[in-house]
Amino acid sequence: MKVFIPTPLRSYCGERHEVEASGATLAEALADLDRRYPGIRFRMIDEQDGIRRHMRIFVNGREVRALDVPLGTSDEVMILQALSGG
Amino acid sequence: MTIKTRKETISTAAASGGVALLVATRKGAFIFKTDKARSAWKISGPMFFGHVVSHMLLDPRDRRTLLAGARTGHLGPTVFRSSDFGKSWKEAAKPPAFPKAPEGQKGRVVDHVFWLSPGHPSEPAVWYAGTSPQGLFRSEDGGDTWAPVSGFNDHRMYSQWTGGEKDGTPDGPKLHSILVDPRDARHLYIGMSSGGVFESLDKGAGWKPLNSGCRVDFLPDPFPEYGHDPHCVKLHPLAPEVLYQQNHCGIYRMQRPEGNWVRIGTSMPKTVGDIGFPIVLHPRDPDTVWVFPMDGSSVWPRTSPQGKPAAYVTRNAGRTWQRQDTGLPRSQGWLTVKRQAMSADAHQPVGIYFGTTGGEIWASKNEGRNWACIARHLPEIYAVEATELGR
Repeated sequence: MKVFIPTPLRSYCGERHEVEASGATLAEALADLDRRYPGIRFRMIDEQDGIRRHMRIFVNGREVRALDVPLGTSDEVMILQALSGG
Repeated sequence: MTIKTRKETISTAAASGGVALLVATRKGAFIFKTDKARSAWKISGPMFFGHVVSHMLLDPRDRRTLLAGARTGHLGPTVFRSSDFGKSWKEAAKPPAFPKAPEGQKGRVVDHVFWLSPGHPSEPAVWYAGTSPQGLFRSEDGGDTWAPVSGFNDHRMYSQWTGGEKDGTPDGPKLHSILVDPRDARHLYIGMSSGGVFESLDKGAGWKPLNSGCRVDFLPDPFPEYGHDPHCVKLHPLAPEVLYQQNHCGIYRMQRPEGNWVRIGTSMPKTVGDIGFPIVLHPRDPDTVWVFPMDGSSVWPRTSPQGKPAAYVTRNAGRTWQRQDTGLPRSQGWLTVKRQAMSADAHQPVGIYFGTTGGEIWASKNEGRNWACIARHLPEIYAVEATELGR
């Protein structure tokens, strides 16, 4: 499946804005992403499997709040950041 | 007040080479370098531009490796490592993180890596990290992978010792001041804001509070066993039986093996007080200490008292203090210096450096007698670590 990568995380994947990952759930896809691009997962998912504050993950345009969402091979995962602060 | 002191100055060679300042800021890290004259400084950076860098430290054991604790406002916390003095960096493969909680239970999450300390010289690959919320982590491979120190993080008294989230500093409660006894790799100290000072004699397996004699003016019991707010704790490397701390409630000294803090800030001028964040030790004289007082009155402005910034030095373990403000603003100088943002080099005379939340770095190459501003317009400074580029 295609995964859209936001600018703050592109240093992990050769500055690409879109990469491939596979998995039957979002958790598996993120684990695969981390295998391909080590370290990327922990910057957006904390050690309790929570999506970090300001991180937003969308599957086919719908926001998801947990990692157990099932995925198909044609699904599109979009990772975004809702920036705030100064 | 009785203070046992080692009046003799421990003899060790002063450094005579260049100096580097490792500067961690809210928007990245910088390295300032100077030659042995310590007059002109060259700046490099920013590194990790846009990251909140809490601490950057040189490994004193190999004098090449740098570690930095960083996060951004939106990405998770991590540690970066450089083996070429900051020319290139590699992220830790496994940054400090609490264990995953069992299903149905709420687990702790590291918000940021606040403090880094190298391990004992006999353990050249060991590092310790302190986090917010309070957590102690250890790396045995030079900072690449980190594991929780379970003896502390899972201690049955952890919740009582660390208090709730309301008990921490404004940007989160912190574990800091990780000190390793140079005589014994198993002997550790930590400080917590809040929580107090704690000691381990078995490399972190067991811990006990070490706060006797230290006053708390924000709890009903002014002398509790724990719950204190040490802002910065230091152990003298050449006289490791001597500890100092700049506490939320004063300046203290402890002579081991006794375990009683003696307040040495009572001899500070009453109009200045003995509240502050950093405390800096002379590298060769355990009786000489610098502090940078701040206004801890009323609503705690945390700026220089009366807008007249000054360092204060004692050369007799706190019996008397001398004001050092030559070169600093004489008025309307509302400086704030954070707990990691003041340090000393190892020259003779010793160089003292501090960074402000307003992005200035001030330097003295004569032990605080004269100050000069060597940098302005930096981001908010969190840490300034002076290190020698050569002996």
